[in-house]
Amino acid sequence: MDLTLSESELAFQAETRAWLAAHVPAEPLASMDTAEGWAQHQAWERQLSDARWSVVSWPERYHGRDASLVEWVIFEEEYYRAGAPGRVGQNGIFLLAPILFDHGTPDQQDRFLPTMATGERIWAQCWSEPEAGSDLASLRSTARRDDERGGWLLNGQKTWSSRASYAHWGFGLFRSDPQAQRHAGLTYFLFPLDADGVTVRPIAQLDGEAGFAEVFFEDVFVPDADVLGGVGAGWDVAMSTAGNERGLSLRSPGRFCAAADRLVDLYRETPDGPDRDAAAQGVVDAWLGAQAYRLYTWGTVTRLAGGGDMGAAGSVNKVFWSELDIALHETALGLRGPAAEVGSTWLDGYTFSLSGPIYAGTNEVQRNIVAERILGLPREPRPSRGAPT
Amino acid sequence: MRFEPTDDQRDLAGALEGLLSASDTVAVARAWADGDTAAGLALWRRLADLGVTMLATEASPVEVAIAFEALGRHAVPGPWVESAAYLPIALGHEVEGVATLALPPLVPFALDADVADQVYVGATPTDQVGAQHPSVDRARRLFEVTGTAETHPEALDLAVLATSAQLLGAGERVLADSVAYVKQRKQFGRQIGSYQAIKHCLADVRIALDFARPLVVGAALGEVPASAAKVAAADAAYLASRTGLQVHGAIGYTAEFDLSVWITKIRALVSAWGTPAHHRALLLGSLVDSRDGTDR
Repeated sequence: MDLTLSESELAFQAETRAWLAAHVPAEPLASMDTAEGWAQHQAWERQLSDARWSVVSWPERYHGRDASLVEWVIFEEEYYRAGAPGRVGQNGIFLLAPILFDHGTPDQQDRFLPTMATGERIWAQCWSEPEAGSDLASLRSTARRDDERGGWLLNGQKTWSSRASYAHWGFGLFRSDPQAQRHAGLTYFLFPLDADGVTVRPIAQLDGEAGFAEVFFEDVFVPDADVLGGVGAGWDVAMSTAGNERGLSLRSPGRFCAAADRLVDLYRETPDGPDRDAAAQGVVDAWLGAQAYRLYTWGTVTRLAGGGDMGAAGSVNKVFWSELDIALHETALGLRGPAAEVGSTWLDGYTFSLSGPIYAGTNEVQRNIVAERILGLPREPRPSRGAPT
Repeated sequence: MRFEPTDDQRDLAGALEGLLSASDTVAVARAWADGDTAAGLALWRRLADLGVTMLATEASPVEVAIAFEALGRHAVPGPWVESAAYLPIALGHEVEGVATLALPPLVPFALDADVADQVYVGATPTDQVGAQHPSVDRARRLFEVTGTAETHPEALDLAVLATSAQLLGAGERVLADSVAYVKQRKQFGRQIGSYQAIKHCLADVRIALDFARPLVVGAALGEVPASAAKVAAADAAYLASRTGLQVHGAIGYTAEFDLSVWITKIRALVSAWGTPAHHRALLLGSLVDSRDGTDR
């Protein structure tokens, strides 16, 4: 047991901290779900990339630093500690890039990774459909073979697609074999969101901004070169993305440590009274939760560095951080008293936190995974195939 | 950076697990509750031979936590926190035999004072042992002692850590036994563990224990205060005990069924060596006092 950082890790930490201190914008950027904020966030991604901070764990040839897992966690801790802007490119960087590295062709890696690193091309995830949410394998959007042109024609509808209102390209699953059932016969496609036949309809979220969108496909042509991971292999490829989304990549510990520190500051500044008294336990528990998450992450890093994988532990993680995030922001709103409803970064954080238990697989689905794959409890009997629904 | 047990630490855990799982510790605890302490004292000597009483002075708090997790998992009775965590640090040497103490007001009674070779108030010996009081955990026999004491801060931290580790072990045991039970108990023609209502409750226990453990180990390494370990381990173990009882149904509510040994022990340990409210207040005080928190 040893939590000390090496000389080179400490040097990396110091370099990260110094650069962020000098470059993080003093004023928060506008919401990335507005046209103005989108442009500001893309410019910030460019600035990060120019100094090679946008994708530290990637190889140098793709604008990275070949950073180790430990260094990546250090970077994330420093990033949130510095109060740096949200990452508009995160769906691509955290969800698609690991798949491109593992399953992509060299040509795909060369075509897609550099512009992802610079923020020039922002990616949206197109998975859910109106009738396929938690039960993703029931998706109905199709890919039909077009031998003449050497590719596929996509048809159907995707929804709840984060960032799709402004993003440039999308990635998603389509049913390429109409005879195959559920998990079989799905293929993973990459496609421009301004292609012929694609219609993007923004959807306003709770806060009124177009944070996600519906995407409609009418005979959208995708060449074979933009199939990721092989025809019919889409489910396995997609599930390796799900592990990333639930696990380490989306919620770095620094995010919660920094928020818990700010919550302690808010508590300190709040005048004595019933709102402050009622929040005391919430403040301690938010700080405890953030510390637990930070230390748990170091355990995960140790296991991954030793050759292990996240497995179903990503589901343990996802339930914990999503509930911590809500509780932390509820406590902050409690401390703000009658001003809780007034626009503030705490209110923005609260509204965003409410989506945590829903996206990336609802927490109910995660609890099923924990119970079945970690505790070994029996699966629920499923209705037989062909039973009337 | 390596936040996982070393091979030596795994070996220690394995040796303790081997000894305790072969020692019918539930029978030992039940006899101890009835005042028959012979088997418990014999087990005490075997654990002392394995080195448990010298870990506080000869090893690190990580090893102490590993040992106490095993004691909690197997519901081993006796004043272990007193003899193997608080007193070795407060006295500056390993305790020979069985010792116990009170530390009023935080620890109002001396546990198992009638079987102890030496009774202390703080680090001061006393022979003024008074009336016995029952505990919710029948294997914890509480005695009044008279005297005043100063608290040894490092000794108290290690006692709080050891109690936290015991809670973690007890919580893990309740979860494991509950999972085994819901896989074999059938109602409405199915194992009850196949129902989501049961699954989600037990998943929440798994999650709570998984995030309490790094705080216990983190406290052993000095990354967070011992209070952080106690709050998280008490909350997680208590959730395990409530959930474990609920999924067992009426059989879990009997004294005869072994689950009762852990349910009552967890309730006792939740308030032992500082209640959760006490430790939360300490944490809040240190957070408010320090500009930067304590996460560096």
